[in-house]
Formats: sequence, structure tokens, C-alpha cells
Amino acid sequence: MKFGVVIFPGSNCDHDCYHVLKHVLNKDTDFVWHKDKDVSKYDCIVLPGGFSYGDYLRTGAIARFSPVMDAVKKHADKGKLVIGICNGFQILLEAGLLPGAMLRNASLKFVCKFVTLRVENTDTPFTRALRNDVGATGRSPLLRLPVAHGEGNYFVDGATLKDLNADHQVLVRYSDEAGQTTPESNPNGSLENIAGICNKARNVFGLMPHPERASEEELGSVDGLKIFRSILNEN
Amino acid sequence: MKIDMDIEITPDVIAKHGVTSGEYGRIKTILGRSPNITELGIFSVMWSEHCSYKNSKNVLKLLPKDGKRMLVKAGEENAGVVDIGDGYVIAFKVESHNHPSAIEPFQGAATGVGGILRDIFTMGARPIVSMNSLRFGKLDEPVSKRLLTGVVAGIGFYGNCIGVPTIGGEIYFDESYEGNPLVNAFALGLAKKEEIVKAAARGTGNPVFYLGSATGRDGMGGASFASKDLSEESEKDRPAVQVGDPFMEKLLLEAVLELLKTGCVVGIQDMGAAGLTCSTCETASRGGTGIEIDVKHVPQRETGMVPYEIMLSESQERMLVILKKGRESEAKRIFEKWDLHAEEIGHVTDDGLMRVKENGVTVAEIPAKPLADDAPIYIREEKEPGYLRETRKFNPRSVGSVGDLNAALLKLLDSPTIASKEWVYHQYDHMVRTNTVALPGSDASVIHVKGTKKYLAMSLDCNSTYCYLDPYEGAKIAVAESARNVACSGAEPLSITNCLNFGNPMNPEIFWQFRRCAEGIRDACLAFGTPVSGGNVSFYNQSLRRRTNPPSSVADQARAIDPTPVIGMVGLIDGWKPVTSHFKDENDVIILLGETKEELGGSEFLKTLFGVKSGLPPRLDLEAETKLIKLLVALAKKGFLRSAHDCSEGGLAVALTESCISQDGDEIGAVIDVGDDELSTEALLFGESQSRVVISISPKDLKAAQDMIESMAYPYRVAGKVGGTALEINALVRVPVGVLKHTWRSAIGRRMET
Repeated sequence: MKFGVVIFPGSNCDHDCYHVLKHVLNKDTDFVWHKDKDVSKYDCIVLPGGFSYGDYLRTGAIARFSPVMDAVKKHADKGKLVIGICNGFQILLEAGLLPGAMLRNASLKFVCKFVTLRVENTDTPFTRALRNDVGATGRSPLLRLPVAHGEGNYFVDGATLKDLNADHQVLVRYSDEAGQTTPESNPNGSLENIAGICNKARNVFGLMPHPERASEEELGSVDGLKIFRSILNEN
Repeated sequence: MKIDMDIEITPDVIAKHGVTSGEYGRIKTILGRSPNITELGIFSVMWSEHCSYKNSKNVLKLLPKDGKRMLVKAGEENAGVVDIGDGYVIAFKVESHNHPSAIEPFQGAATGVGGILRDIFTMGARPIVSMNSLRFGKLDEPVSKRLLTGVVAGIGFYGNCIGVPTIGGEIYFDESYEGNPLVNAFALGLAKKEEIVKAAARGTGNPVFYLGSATGRDGMGGASFASKDLSEESEKDRPAVQVGDPFMEKLLLEAVLELLKTGCVVGIQDMGAAGLTCSTCETASRGGTGIEIDVKHVPQRETGMVPYEIMLSESQERMLVILKKGRESEAKRIFEKWDLHAEEIGHVTDDGLMRVKENGVTVAEIPAKPLADDAPIYIREEKEPGYLRETRKFNPRSVGSVGDLNAALLKLLDSPTIASKEWVYHQYDHMVRTNTVALPGSDASVIHVKGTKKYLAMSLDCNSTYCYLDPYEGAKIAVAESARNVACSGAEPLSITNCLNFGNPMNPEIFWQFRRCAEGIRDACLAFGTPVSGGNVSFYNQSLRRRTNPPSSVADQARAIDPTPVIGMVGLIDGWKPVTSHFKDENDVIILLGETKEELGGSEFLKTLFGVKSGLPPRLDLEAETKLIKLLVALAKKGFLRSAHDCSEGGLAVALTESCISQDGDEIGAVIDVGDDELSTEALLFGESQSRVVISISPKDLKAAQDMIESMAYPYRVAGKVGGTALEINALVRVPVGVLKHTWRSAIGRRMET
């Protein structure tokens, strides 16, 4: 499986994603420049976190016009995988590859800390490695991943929200350590504690937390690897 | 402000530039004639304290700069460079942005971060760590809340966007900073040894490029602004505060590092204080050459700017790059890749002159070397401050008993200076680049150097109350505490950078504080073998507002900040595992290293519970501290340390509390017995005796660890055990950890959200 990590001007988690894929998981990984127009040689495209174009105008609002995004759309239309992390998620929303929009955090402050996530659906290419965790605990699996964002307050209209839920497209929600989606466990005020969603076809996934920051023991959690291992269909 | 280019240079104009008549005479000698207005402006910024260190140089000579790991020494370049082995080097520095932050906290702090990062990456090192030392008035004052909110948001705005983790630092609250907060920004970069570049203009005919943002009128004369007292008038100087664009700096950072790898760069310097003026004359001075530019090529974002304004602007995110002739197109490809604006504005000459033209007509012509290096050096008058006679006499026992010790501990944990800083660091991205192995809140910040078994530990420290009560001892302690913090994480201290924040140096009492602090730093650095790799002096930290309760009859003294020599220590863990400050497992044995003495002078205990800032601060024995640092590193190397946390503000009781709470908020209790009949209960629990560390050891390693401590003849006491849900100290203190944690973690947030 070949990964392409896109660099937009202002991306700053590009090296972190590359590091995990290339050096922790030893997978074939390239950087993809935002002016590139062809991503056909990759199986999975990673839109990394950061402040593409300085977050000017709106988060992700300028990056969606980068030449590479047309190629990423075609890639997604073919059913190939796309994962957008943090600013990458924001770009996917702006590009229309996922529904909804981001508001500023309810606190109006940037927030960086570890959070707990409840995995809502393990029947996707991004969460399938967690399938077995369900059986063991008898409840939804939990992940411990860091967030770091100023605009992660996910919002979507009522009809679409209903669809998202009916279709099990909400893959992760902020929760407490008991798996309860409480207001206190929500770091940004997002609707129904939503932390990440996928499209109907289940090949495009966007999430605010950073799996690449929780993929080595000494960083405090290796739960992020479960997402990358799902993509690789490894357990 | 409209600059009349034909203005006559009258004594009034000279005075308005902060140039003395003596300095003016020197300028005329250097030029062999009278300066015009542009030249006077250029001299005034280069010879400001901020750029020339004219009042401090003579004292800075005291600081030790030599060491076997020092590759670039203090003062030679933008930042010092230290060898960490296996082909890797680090460049690091701390710098103040106090005055801008006092006037406009968000942009002042943001551009402080931007400036220090540029200093690092222009040396060819990729910045991988930011930290900061912040000081404000009492947090219950609305103005302090406003400043803290703005400064923290500004630091986050810049650091989060550019993608350099802000992983630690320190924050103090004290009335001496009311109206004159301190914002000291630290950055550290990593490079391969061969990647380090110099900021020199060499090779006659080589083209000089201007790279980055266009020049505007923002930050006009900021270096001069930073070299005088803050006053009511300072509010009108708001245009002297620059505006930051971290996205632009991110592009510059990537483009510059890519450009430096090509080998087509001769020299490079960022345009920081004194902007285009400083970068041109300093690169020429270092290269032993001259430089000629024409301001018509300088990208400008405002119309009608005259050469005086273009040369003195401190617009942010600009660089001066000197390329090898013939390799311009290679460089231009990189500039274009990153969508950066670059213009050739001049070339290197061999006449030793900094020549500024406007449309081909010379508007300033100054010998570069004397301008950059020959500012006058002053030896200032000094005098021991009068207040010390009173404070030295003060007996801490005279305040009487504190009463309920549990309540006293909780009150200390509620002091914003001691409380958890999570309200602040949750606003900083402290994990980007995935090297952060110790989350903020431990004794030192620790990052992994990818691809190696090395870790870097760093800490910023200064207890300014100690420095106020005894500048020499206080500065020694600042160095010792930073070294101890780094050693608590298992690292060998390597080198320091410092940011020396003081009041007005023309006041002999302030200057005495300054010299005594420098002597303290010198002695501690010599003892620990940690040379000074660089730093910054910030004078004129005098408040906008008069303090409510002046501790001295000298009016000027009363309005100055407490002497604040902030020390940034960097240490190396070379192949073993880092240590954090919190207890890990039930039944681990708690050992107190060091001796507790009857030392409550200058303590946070006196300040918080009795409102007293007086007495003799703790004494520091450099020999004992050196031994302690070696011991901690030896214990860490063997893997014996489950945790290590030094006793600082709030003493043993606060140190134990902090060890009971992990960086993630997990809690575990401890039962301690440290009885000592000779000490007052207050000194035992809350005294701030130096060279003490609380460590915990797994029972299986206890014997070996004790043998090691005894072989080094360091005083210690097996004090208790980890476990349970409460912190119990002798029969004196017993509080559930959950209660301690709630108070400690919510103290700042509670004040800020109301």
C-alpha cells in the first residue's frame, strides 16, 4: 500500500504523518506537493494537520482550491482512501468531500490535550482493526488521542445529521473514560460530541484528533496506530 | 509621523533620538562630518541599549563563554551553538519582548516568538522547541488578566500556526510586574553540524536579496522604544509594536532551510530589532566588507515611505540573504516554490561602508564596522539598594504561627505562581513534531531527537523574589534550579542562555542589582561547567503604574521590576531514559535528597499567607548542588528513578503534592515522615531550602540506589511510601489528593473565567 502525504503551504503535521507511516510502520510513503495534479499512484492520501494558508479567510477555505485537491477528489471518486486529520478534516469539509462545517471552539480558545474517543463504527477501512476490541469489553472501543485546534466545533444541519447517524458515518465521538459522551468530555462544543466522520462510501474519513501523535510508546499512547493499521488492514 | 528628510540636526532632534551629546560627537568623528537625519536614525537604533548593549557589555564580560561543546560562542552570531554528539548540534536562545507586550500583549508576545524562531532558523537549525518565561502583576488585578489572556493567545497564535511546539516555561505573578509584564521567549533548533551557517556578507559583488514580507511603518524604531522606560507616553508608541504573520514565517522557515542546503548562500540574517539597518551593517561588519543597497528595490506596503522609515522599520518576517553570484536563479526557484517575494536590493562591496541609496542617490554612508561594533561602552555607577538593610533584618519567625497546616497548603496550591499552568499550556500546541516525551508540567521539558537515543531537557527558571532580596544568591539559585530541573529529568546540564530583565540602568541601585546577578550567574555556571551560549539584556523595565505599596523610599526603585535574570538551561540525555516528576506505583519508596533548614525568607509561603516579601532568601551551596546534579544523572542512568521532582516555591509540601498528580491528571497518595525537632513546622513543610529533590524508587532498586547516594556522600532520608489516596506528612498534613488536585489545577482557570 502506498501513501501520499500532501504538503500545503502552512501544513505542519506533514512530517509527523510521514514519520509514522514511513519510519514506525515502514510503509512506502511520499510527500505530495500541493501544486501536483496527479495522485494516481497512491492508495491512500493523507491531508495532514497545520494551518494551510495560515487559516486565512476560514480554515481550509483556501487549500480547497489548491491544484492537488482536484486530483484528491478524483482519487476519492474511484473509491480510494483519503484521511484528513485536523486541518485536513477542515479542508475535506470545505472541499465538499465530507458534509458539515467547523466553528470556533466553544471556549474561543485553542485547545491541545489528550482526549478520549468512543469508536462508533468498526465496519470501515479506518476503524476495522478495532473490531476485536468490541468483543473483549462488551462496549464500544475507546481511543486516547491528542487534539490541537482552535476550530474543531463541528456543525451540520439537522437533516444531514440525521443521515450521518442513520448511516453510521460518525466514526468517533468525544467521551469520558467510561464511554459516556458528556459535555465535560467535549473539548470544543461539537454537535453530539462528533470528533470524526466518514462519507457514505466509507472511503473518506476526517477527524480532529491526531492519530499520528499517539503512535509511539514514549509519546504517551499508541492508540493512533489502530487507525493506521485499519487502513493497512492489519491487526 | 512625517519625516522631513531635510530637517536640520538640532540638539532637540538629537535628544529625541535618544543620542547623548557625547555619542553625537563620536558619530561625527566616525563620519568625519555631521550626520543627516537618516544617518542619525541609523546610529540611534544601532547604538540603542537593545542593539549595542552599551550599558551592560562591561558586566556581561563576567559571564563564562567557553566550553568544549561550544561551537559558536555568545555574541558571535544570532544564537550560540552547542555540540550534542553524533554529528548533531543545537542552537538556542532566550530573548525579551517585554515592552511591546506591555502595550499590545497579543502582537507583542506573538512577534517575540516569531523573532526568536527567526534567530534560530537563520543559523540553519530547524526550530523544534519553544518555551517562554512570563511575569505579570497579581492575577486578581483585571489588568493582569487582560495581559495574561493576550500574551498567551499571542504565543499560541504564532507558535501553533508555525508548527513549533510550545512545551514549557514558567509563569510568575508578583506586584512588581504590574504594568510592566515580562515576556521572554526561548527557542531551540536542531541541525547537523555541517548545516550551521554564519551571518556574514562576504565576496565583493555578491548580490544582496531581501526576502519575505513588504516593509511598512510598523515597529518604527522599536529597538529605541525598548531602550527607555515605559510611561504614559508609551501608549502613544503603539505603532512601535510590530504585527506578526506566522504563516509568512512558516514559508520563510521552509524556504530558508531548503535554500541553505543548496550551498548558494554566503550569509543570511533576519531583520529583527533595527530591521534593515541592523542586518546590513552587522553582516558587513562580520564579513569585514561593505554593503550597498538601494531602498527603491525594497518591497513596500505603504506609499511615500522615506529612506529613514525604510531603514528603521521593524516589519516582521523579513530576511536579508547574500547569495553567491551566478546562483541567483537556483535561489529564485526556491523562493517561487514557497510563493515568497524576493528582491535584489544591493550587493557586497569592498569599501567597508554601509551605503544606502534612493533611486541611485546616496542618502546614508556609514563605516559598517564602527556602526555595528563601536557603540560607546559605559561603566555605570552602582550602589547597594537601601531597602536591603530592612529586608535582611527581617525575621520570618516574627509572623507567628500559620495555624491550620492543611489550609495553609491549600492556600499555597491556590497561589497562581505555584498552581498548575494547564489553563495556559492547553492553549499551546505542545505536541506537534511528535518529539515531546514529557508533557508540560514536569520539572523540565523533554524532547526526543528522532533517529537517535538522545533526549534534550530544558528549563527556564528565575525566582525574582530571591533576586530582589539578594541579587547574587538569587541569580545563583536561578542557574542552580534550572540545572536541577534538567537533572531531575535525567539530563546532564550542558549550557545556559539568559535573559536579564532589570529596571533603568542609570539608577545606581538597579545597576548594582544587575552586576550582582551577573556575578551569581558566573559563579554558578563555572561550578556546573555550563557556559553561557548567548542571551539578551532588557533594561528599562519600569512600570507604567506606581506600585500601591512601595517597598523602598527611592521612588525610581519602587517602580522598577524585581531583578529577573531568567536562565534557560539545556541538558542532554545520551542513551538512557528520561524521568518525570510524578509518582508511579504503590509502594515505591520516597527519598528526600538534601537538607531542610530554617529558611523561610523570601518564600512563597510568606508572600501568600502573610503578604510579606522580605527576609534573607535561602542560601545555595554550589558544591552540594554540583554533587546533587551528578547524583541525579547517575541514578537516572541506572534507571533507578521512578520520579524526581525538586523542591522550589512552596517547599516540600508543594513538591510532594505535585508528585502525587501526573501530567494527565491521574492521582496517587503518599505517606511521609520527615520529622525534625530543630525546625519550625512551617520551615519543614514550606521552607524553600535549596538542593533538595523528592525521588521515588522501586523497592527492588532501593538498596542499590541507597548505596549510590551514600557513595557520593549526599545527605538523604528515606521518607515514606507512595500509595493510598491522601497526602500525609508526619502528623501535620493529611489531605485527599483529589482535593489538592482540584485546588492546584483550577486556581488559574477559576480566576480567568470570572
